[in-house]
Amino acid sequence: MSFKFTVSPDFTPDHLSGWYIFNTWLQKQTGLAIHLEIYDDFVAQRKAIADDNVDLIYANPFDAAMLVREKGFFPLVKPDGESDEAIIAVNSGNPVQDVTHLSSGIRVAYTDDPDVRMMGMIMLEPGDLDESNIQSVHSDTYILVAKHLLRGEADVGIFLAEAFDDLSAVIQKQLRVLVRSQIGVIHHSLMLGPKLFERREEIRDCLLQMPNEPKSLGVLESLRFNRWVTVDDEEMEFMIDLMDTLII
Amino acid sequence: MIQDMQPEDIVGDFKEATLNLYGGIKRKVLYTDIETPYPDGKLIVSTTDPTGVITHVNQSFVEMSGYTEVELIGAPHSILRHPDMPSAAFKDLWDTVNRGQKWQGFVKNLRKDGGYYWVKATVIPNIRKGEVVGYTSVRRKPSQSKVEECMRLYPTLL
Repeated sequence: MSFKFTVSPDFTPDHLSGWYIFNTWLQKQTGLAIHLEIYDDFVAQRKAIADDNVDLIYANPFDAAMLVREKGFFPLVKPDGESDEAIIAVNSGNPVQDVTHLSSGIRVAYTDDPDVRMMGMIMLEPGDLDESNIQSVHSDTYILVAKHLLRGEADVGIFLAEAFDDLSAVIQKQLRVLVRSQIGVIHHSLMLGPKLFERREEIRDCLLQMPNEPKSLGVLESLRFNRWVTVDDEEMEFMIDLMDTLII
Repeated sequence: MIQDMQPEDIVGDFKEATLNLYGGIKRKVLYTDIETPYPDGKLIVSTTDPTGVITHVNQSFVEMSGYTEVELIGAPHSILRHPDMPSAAFKDLWDTVNRGQKWQGFVKNLRKDGGYYWVKATVIPNIRKGEVVGYTSVRRKPSQSKVEECMRLYPTLL
Protein backbone atom coordinates (compact mmCIF):
# COMPACT_ATOMS: atom_id res chain seq x y z
CA MET A 1 0.00 0.00 0.00
CA SER A 2 1.29 3.41 -0.96
CA PHE A 3 0.67 6.55 1.06
CA LYS A 4 0.46 10.08 -0.26
CA PHE A 5 2.43 12.98 1.16
CA THR A 6 2.04 16.61 0.19
CA VAL A 7 3.44 19.94 1.26
CA SER A 8 1.57 23.23 1.56
CA PRO A 9 2.20 24.97 -1.78
CA ASP A 10 3.41 28.19 -0.15
CA PHE A 11 7.05 27.31 0.40
CA THR A 12 9.77 29.00 -1.61
CA PRO A 13 10.94 26.93 -4.62
CA ASP A 14 14.40 26.32 -3.15
CA HIS A 15 12.75 24.22 -0.43
CA LEU A 16 11.37 21.77 -2.99
CA SER A 17 14.42 19.51 -3.28
CA GLY A 18 14.55 19.36 0.52
CA TRP A 19 11.08 17.84 0.67
CA TYR A 20 12.01 15.13 -1.87
CA ILE A 21 15.11 14.31 0.18
CA PHE A 22 12.95 14.21 3.32
CA ASN A 23 10.43 11.89 1.69
CA THR A 24 13.17 9.45 0.62
CA TRP A 25 14.58 9.51 4.16
CA LEU A 26 11.13 8.94 5.70
CA GLN A 27 10.44 5.93 3.49
CA LYS A 28 13.75 4.36 4.51
CA GLN A 29 13.10 4.98 8.19
CA THR A 30 9.55 3.67 8.26
CA GLY A 31 9.54 1.05 5.50
CA LEU A 32 6.42 2.73 4.13
CA ALA A 33 5.90 3.47 0.44
CA ILE A 34 5.19 7.19 0.38
CA HIS A 35 4.65 9.21 -2.77
CA LEU A 36 5.32 12.96 -2.58
CA GLU A 37 2.83 14.91 -4.64
CA ILE A 38 3.32 18.66 -4.96
CA TYR A 39 0.24 20.64 -5.96
CA ASP A 40 0.43 23.90 -7.87
CA ASP A 41 -1.91 25.79 -5.57
CA PHE A 42 -4.16 25.54 -2.53
CA VAL A 43 -7.27 24.81 -4.60
CA ALA A 44 -5.69 21.69 -6.12
CA GLN A 45 -4.33 20.60 -2.76
CA ARG A 46 -7.68 21.04 -1.00
CA LYS A 47 -9.38 18.96 -3.69
CA ALA A 48 -6.86 16.18 -3.08
CA ILE A 49 -7.58 16.36 0.67
CA ALA A 50 -11.34 16.35 0.03
CA ASP A 51 -10.91 13.27 -2.20
CA ASP A 52 -8.94 11.49 0.57
CA ASN A 53 -5.81 11.50 -1.55
CA VAL A 54 -3.54 12.81 1.21
CA ASP A 55 -2.19 10.77 4.15
CA LEU A 56 0.65 12.99 5.34
CA ILE A 57 0.86 16.76 4.94
CA TYR A 58 3.06 19.66 5.89
CA ALA A 59 0.03 21.86 6.39
CA ASN A 60 -0.66 25.55 6.32
CA PRO A 61 -2.30 26.58 9.64
CA PHE A 62 -5.29 27.83 7.69
CA ASP A 63 -6.06 24.24 6.65
CA ALA A 64 -5.47 22.69 10.08
CA ALA A 65 -9.09 22.99 11.24
CA MET A 66 -10.43 21.29 8.14
CA LEU A 67 -7.80 18.52 8.36
CA VAL A 68 -8.49 17.78 12.04
CA ARG A 69 -12.23 18.32 12.24
CA GLU A 70 -13.40 17.11 8.85
CA LYS A 71 -10.74 14.62 7.80
CA GLY A 72 -9.60 13.13 11.10
CA PHE A 73 -5.94 14.19 10.81
CA PHE A 74 -3.61 14.27 13.81
CA PRO A 75 -0.70 16.63 14.46
CA LEU A 76 2.80 15.21 14.58
CA VAL A 77 5.49 17.88 14.73
CA LYS A 78 6.45 21.42 13.75
CA PRO A 79 9.86 22.91 12.99
CA ASP A 80 11.40 24.26 16.19
CA GLY A 81 11.44 28.05 16.47
CA GLU A 82 9.56 28.65 13.23
CA SER A 83 6.31 30.58 13.02
CA ASP A 84 4.42 32.16 10.15
CA GLU A 85 4.67 35.93 10.19
CA ALA A 86 3.51 38.51 7.66
CA ILE A 87 4.83 41.84 6.47
CA ILE A 88 3.04 44.85 5.02
CA ALA A 89 5.42 46.68 2.70
CA VAL A 90 5.26 49.61 0.30
CA ASN A 91 7.55 51.05 -2.37
CA SER A 92 10.30 52.98 -0.57
CA GLY A 93 9.22 56.12 -2.47
CA ASN A 94 5.72 55.93 -1.00
CA PRO A 95 5.30 58.74 1.55
CA VAL A 96 2.96 56.63 3.73
CA GLN A 97 4.57 55.85 7.09
CA ASP A 98 1.75 54.00 8.84
CA VAL A 99 -1.15 51.77 7.80
CA THR A 100 -3.55 54.29 9.32
CA HIS A 101 -2.47 56.71 6.57
CA LEU A 102 -3.59 54.35 3.79
CA SER A 103 -6.85 55.20 2.03
CA SER A 104 -9.69 53.04 0.80
CA GLY A 105 -9.37 51.92 -2.81
CA ILE A 106 -5.65 51.12 -2.53
CA ARG A 107 -4.25 48.26 -4.58
CA VAL A 108 -3.03 45.39 -2.39
CA ALA A 109 -0.80 42.69 -3.87
CA TYR A 110 -0.76 39.25 -2.25
CA THR A 111 -0.42 35.59 -3.07
CA ASP A 112 -3.00 32.88 -2.38
CA ASP A 113 -1.11 31.84 0.79
CA PRO A 114 -4.16 31.90 3.08
CA ASP A 115 -2.65 32.45 6.52
CA VAL A 116 -0.30 35.19 5.35
CA ARG A 117 -3.09 36.96 3.53
CA MET A 118 -5.27 36.74 6.64
CA MET A 119 -2.53 38.16 8.88
CA GLY A 120 -1.84 40.89 6.33
CA MET A 121 -5.50 41.91 6.15
CA ILE A 122 -5.65 42.03 9.96
CA MET A 123 -2.69 44.41 9.94
CA LEU A 124 -4.53 46.65 7.45
CA GLU A 125 -7.66 46.86 9.64
CA PRO A 126 -6.38 49.77 11.75
CA GLY A 127 -6.48 51.76 8.49
CA ASP A 128 -10.19 50.85 8.06
CA LEU A 129 -9.25 48.62 5.15
CA ASP A 130 -10.89 45.31 4.38
CA GLU A 131 -11.84 43.16 1.39
CA SER A 132 -14.68 45.53 0.53
CA ASN A 133 -12.59 48.65 -0.01
CA ILE A 134 -9.29 47.45 -1.46
CA GLN A 135 -8.39 46.41 -4.99
CA SER A 136 -6.80 42.96 -5.04
CA VAL A 137 -3.70 42.43 -7.13
CA HIS A 138 -3.34 38.67 -7.15
CA SER A 139 0.22 37.43 -7.57
CA ASP A 140 1.54 33.91 -8.05
CA THR A 141 4.69 34.43 -5.98
CA TYR A 142 6.14 36.86 -3.45
CA ILE A 143 8.70 37.96 -6.04
CA LEU A 144 5.77 39.12 -8.14
CA VAL A 145 4.26 40.94 -5.14
CA ALA A 146 7.56 42.84 -4.89
CA LYS A 147 7.55 43.53 -8.64
CA HIS A 148 4.03 44.96 -8.49
CA LEU A 149 5.23 47.38 -5.80
CA LEU A 150 8.38 48.33 -7.71
CA ARG A 151 6.45 48.95 -10.93
CA GLY A 152 3.80 51.01 -9.16
CA GLU A 153 1.10 48.45 -10.01
CA ALA A 154 0.23 47.99 -6.32
CA ASP A 155 0.32 50.38 -3.36
CA VAL A 156 0.80 47.76 -0.65
CA GLY A 157 2.17 44.22 -0.64
CA ILE A 158 1.48 41.42 1.82
CA PHE A 159 4.47 39.10 2.23
CA LEU A 160 5.35 36.00 4.19
CA ALA A 161 8.08 37.52 6.38
CA GLU A 162 10.51 34.72 5.46
CA ALA A 163 9.90 35.34 1.74
CA PHE A 164 10.43 39.09 2.19
CA ASP A 165 13.68 38.46 4.05
CA ASP A 166 14.78 36.16 1.18
CA LEU A 167 14.35 38.94 -1.42
CA SER A 168 17.63 40.25 -2.81
CA ALA A 169 19.18 43.25 -1.08
CA VAL A 170 18.65 45.30 -4.25
CA ILE A 171 14.89 44.65 -4.18
CA GLN A 172 14.57 45.06 -0.41
CA LYS A 173 16.25 48.46 -0.66
CA GLN A 174 13.46 49.67 -2.91
CA LEU A 175 10.77 48.56 -0.47
CA ARG A 176 9.84 49.69 3.03
CA VAL A 177 8.22 47.63 5.77
CA LEU A 178 5.20 49.31 7.37
CA VAL A 179 4.32 46.48 9.77
CA ARG A 180 5.86 43.11 10.61
CA SER A 181 3.65 40.73 12.57
CA GLN A 182 4.92 39.30 15.87
CA ILE A 183 2.32 36.65 16.49
CA GLY A 184 4.53 33.65 17.24
CA VAL A 185 1.84 30.98 17.60
CA ILE A 186 0.72 30.41 14.01
CA HIS A 187 2.83 27.75 12.36
CA HIS A 188 2.88 25.03 9.74
CA SER A 189 2.68 21.47 11.09
CA LEU A 190 3.38 18.02 9.79
CA MET A 191 0.09 16.14 10.15
CA LEU A 192 -0.94 12.57 9.52
CA GLY A 193 -4.21 11.11 8.30
CA PRO A 194 -6.30 8.31 9.77
CA LYS A 195 -4.75 5.59 7.57
CA LEU A 196 -1.37 6.21 9.22
CA PHE A 197 -2.68 6.73 12.77
CA GLU A 198 -1.27 3.42 14.05
CA ARG A 199 2.24 4.53 13.03
CA ARG A 200 1.90 7.99 14.61
CA GLU A 201 4.19 7.54 17.62
CA GLU A 202 6.79 5.60 15.64
CA ILE A 203 6.94 8.26 12.91
CA ARG A 204 7.06 11.05 15.46
CA ASP A 205 9.93 9.37 17.31
CA CYS A 206 11.89 9.06 14.05
CA LEU A 207 11.36 12.76 13.36
CA LEU A 208 12.34 13.87 16.87
CA GLN A 209 15.54 11.81 16.69
CA MET A 210 16.70 13.43 13.45
CA PRO A 211 19.27 15.84 14.96
CA ASN A 212 21.04 12.91 16.67
CA GLU A 213 22.03 11.13 13.45
CA PRO A 214 24.45 12.78 10.98
CA LYS A 215 22.57 11.63 7.86
CA SER A 216 19.19 12.64 9.27
CA LEU A 217 20.64 15.97 10.37
CA GLY A 218 21.65 16.56 6.75
CA VAL A 219 18.04 15.93 5.71
CA LEU A 220 16.85 18.49 8.26
CA GLU A 221 19.40 20.96 6.95
CA SER A 222 18.09 20.47 3.43
CA LEU A 223 14.71 21.61 4.79
CA ARG A 224 16.42 24.51 6.56
CA PHE A 225 15.08 23.32 9.92
CA ASN A 226 17.09 22.77 13.11
CA ARG A 227 14.85 20.10 14.58
CA TRP A 228 11.24 19.03 14.85
CA VAL A 229 9.27 19.43 18.07
CA THR A 230 6.06 17.67 19.06
CA VAL A 231 2.70 19.24 18.40
CA ASP A 232 0.23 17.51 20.71
CA ASP A 233 -3.50 17.40 20.18
CA GLU A 234 -4.24 20.26 22.59
CA GLU A 235 -1.63 22.55 21.03
CA MET A 236 -3.22 21.93 17.66
CA GLU A 237 -6.70 22.58 19.07
CA PHE A 238 -5.39 25.83 20.58
CA MET A 239 -4.05 26.96 17.20
CA ILE A 240 -7.30 25.99 15.48
CA ASP A 241 -9.27 28.03 18.03
CA LEU A 242 -6.88 30.93 17.54
CA MET A 243 -7.25 30.78 13.75
CA ASP A 244 -11.01 30.66 14.26
CA THR A 245 -10.90 33.97 16.13
CA LEU A 246 -8.98 35.53 13.26
CA ILE A 247 -11.06 34.32 10.34
CA ILE A 248 -14.09 36.53 9.89
CA MET B 1 -8.54 36.10 43.00
CA ILE B 2 -9.04 39.77 42.25
CA GLN B 3 -8.05 42.65 44.48
CA ASP B 4 -8.84 46.34 44.66
CA MET B 5 -6.40 48.49 42.70
CA GLN B 6 -3.75 50.21 44.82
CA PRO B 7 -2.81 53.92 44.53
CA GLU B 8 0.91 53.07 44.61
CA ASP B 9 0.49 51.14 41.33
CA ILE B 10 -1.10 54.07 39.51
CA VAL B 11 0.79 56.41 37.20
CA GLY B 12 -0.63 59.94 37.05
CA ASP B 13 -3.80 61.57 38.41
CA PHE B 14 -6.59 59.08 38.87
CA LYS B 15 -10.29 58.72 39.51
CA GLU B 16 -11.98 56.01 41.52
CA ALA B 17 -14.95 53.74 40.79
CA THR B 18 -16.42 50.55 42.21
CA LEU B 19 -17.34 47.89 39.67
CA ASN B 20 -19.86 45.11 40.14
CA LEU B 21 -18.22 42.19 38.34
CA TYR B 22 -19.57 38.83 37.23
CA GLY B 23 -20.08 36.45 40.14
CA GLY B 24 -21.12 39.16 42.58
CA ILE B 25 -17.56 40.46 42.99
CA LYS B 26 -17.07 44.14 43.80
CA ARG B 27 -13.79 45.79 42.85
CA LYS B 28 -12.46 49.28 43.49
CA VAL B 29 -10.64 50.50 40.37
CA LEU B 30 -8.43 53.54 39.92
CA TYR B 31 -8.15 54.92 36.43
CA THR B 32 -6.37 57.67 34.53
CA ASP B 33 -6.65 59.34 31.12
CA ILE B 34 -3.37 57.86 29.90
CA GLU B 35 -3.71 55.68 26.80
CA THR B 36 -1.17 53.02 25.83
CA PRO B 37 -1.31 52.67 22.04
CA TYR B 38 -1.86 49.15 20.73
CA PRO B 39 1.42 47.90 19.21
CA ASP B 40 1.49 47.20 15.47
CA GLY B 41 1.59 43.58 14.33
CA LYS B 42 0.85 41.96 17.69
CA LEU B 43 -2.02 39.87 19.00
CA ILE B 44 -3.00 39.66 22.65
CA VAL B 45 -4.03 36.10 23.41
CA SER B 46 -5.55 34.54 26.50
CA THR B 47 -7.61 31.54 27.48
CA THR B 48 -9.96 31.14 30.41
CA ASP B 49 -11.79 28.28 32.05
CA PRO B 50 -15.58 28.12 31.58
CA THR B 51 -16.10 30.57 34.47
CA GLY B 52 -13.83 33.24 32.97
CA VAL B 53 -10.76 32.58 35.14
CA ILE B 54 -7.54 33.14 33.18
CA THR B 55 -5.57 29.97 32.41
CA HIS B 56 -3.10 31.24 29.77
CA VAL B 57 -1.75 34.60 28.60
CA ASN B 58 0.85 35.47 25.99
CA GLN B 59 3.66 38.00 26.37
CA SER B 60 1.68 40.75 24.62
CA PHE B 61 -1.08 40.35 27.21
CA VAL B 62 1.44 40.77 30.02
CA GLU B 63 3.03 43.82 28.37
CA MET B 64 -0.23 45.61 27.59
CA SER B 65 -2.04 44.86 30.86
CA GLY B 66 0.90 45.81 33.09
CA TYR B 67 0.33 42.74 35.29
CA THR B 68 2.79 39.88 35.65
CA GLU B 69 1.85 36.44 34.34
CA VAL B 70 1.68 35.20 37.95
CA GLU B 71 -0.84 37.93 38.81
CA LEU B 72 -2.96 37.11 35.77
CA ILE B 73 -3.17 33.32 35.92
CA GLY B 74 -6.04 32.42 38.23
CA ALA B 75 -7.56 35.92 38.12
CA PRO B 76 -10.96 36.54 36.53
CA HIS B 77 -10.69 38.07 33.05
CA SER B 78 -12.65 41.04 34.44
CA ILE B 79 -9.37 42.19 35.99
CA LEU B 80 -9.18 44.27 32.79
CA ARG B 81 -12.65 45.76 33.15
CA HIS B 82 -12.68 49.53 32.67
CA PRO B 83 -15.46 51.62 34.24
CA ASP B 84 -16.15 53.24 30.84
CA MET B 85 -17.25 49.86 29.43
CA PRO B 86 -21.02 49.26 29.60
CA SER B 87 -22.16 46.05 31.28
CA ALA B 88 -24.36 45.42 28.25
CA ALA B 89 -21.28 44.70 26.13
CA PHE B 90 -20.15 41.92 28.46
CA LYS B 91 -23.66 40.52 28.80
CA ASP B 92 -23.77 40.30 25.01
CA LEU B 93 -20.34 38.61 25.05
CA TRP B 94 -21.41 35.94 27.53
CA ASP B 95 -24.81 35.41 25.90
CA THR B 96 -23.09 34.93 22.53
CA VAL B 97 -20.34 32.52 23.61
CA ASN B 98 -22.79 30.57 25.78
CA ARG B 99 -24.72 29.88 22.56
CA GLY B 100 -21.44 28.43 21.19
CA GLN B 101 -20.89 31.38 18.86
CA LYS B 102 -18.04 33.77 18.21
CA TRP B 103 -18.27 37.26 19.79
CA GLN B 104 -16.50 40.30 18.44
CA GLY B 105 -16.43 43.84 19.75
CA PHE B 106 -14.34 46.87 20.64
CA VAL B 107 -13.24 47.02 24.25
CA LYS B 108 -11.51 49.61 26.42
CA ASN B 109 -9.29 47.69 28.82
CA LEU B 110 -7.91 48.87 32.16
CA ARG B 111 -4.20 48.50 32.90
CA LYS B 112 -2.68 47.81 36.28
CA ASP B 113 -1.19 51.34 36.26
CA GLY B 114 -4.66 52.87 35.77
CA GLY B 115 -4.15 53.62 32.07
CA TYR B 116 -6.16 52.10 29.27
CA TYR B 117 -5.89 50.57 25.80
CA TRP B 118 -8.49 49.88 23.14
CA VAL B 119 -8.68 46.51 21.37
CA LYS B 120 -10.75 44.72 18.81
CA ALA B 121 -11.58 41.53 20.70
CA THR B 122 -12.80 38.17 19.46
CA VAL B 123 -13.88 35.44 21.88
CA ILE B 124 -14.76 31.86 21.00
CA PRO B 125 -15.69 28.85 23.12
CA ASN B 126 -13.11 26.03 23.20
CA ILE B 127 -15.09 22.89 22.48
CA ARG B 128 -13.47 19.53 23.18
CA LYS B 129 -15.48 16.33 22.66
CA GLY B 130 -18.66 18.38 22.59
CA GLU B 131 -17.98 20.15 25.91
CA VAL B 132 -17.06 23.81 26.43
CA VAL B 133 -13.78 23.61 28.35
CA GLY B 134 -12.98 27.31 28.23
CA TYR B 135 -12.73 30.36 26.03
CA THR B 136 -10.02 31.82 23.82
CA SER B 137 -9.84 35.57 23.46
CA VAL B 138 -7.68 37.26 20.83
CA ARG B 139 -7.27 41.01 20.68
CA ARG B 140 -5.89 42.97 17.77
CA LYS B 141 -5.26 46.60 16.91
CA PRO B 142 -8.57 48.40 16.32
CA SER B 143 -9.25 51.07 13.74
CA GLN B 144 -9.33 54.57 15.21
CA SER B 145 -12.65 55.37 13.53
CA LYS B 146 -14.29 52.33 15.20
CA VAL B 147 -12.84 53.34 18.56
CA GLU B 148 -14.25 56.85 18.11
CA GLU B 149 -17.69 55.37 17.34
CA CYS B 150 -17.51 53.35 20.57
CA MET B 151 -16.37 56.40 22.54
CA ARG B 152 -19.60 58.10 21.44
CA LEU B 153 -21.83 55.03 21.89
CA TYR B 154 -20.68 53.43 25.14
CA PRO B 155 -21.49 56.35 27.49
CA THR B 156 -25.11 56.14 26.28
CA LEU B 157 -25.26 52.50 27.43
CA LEU B 158 -23.90 53.02 30.94
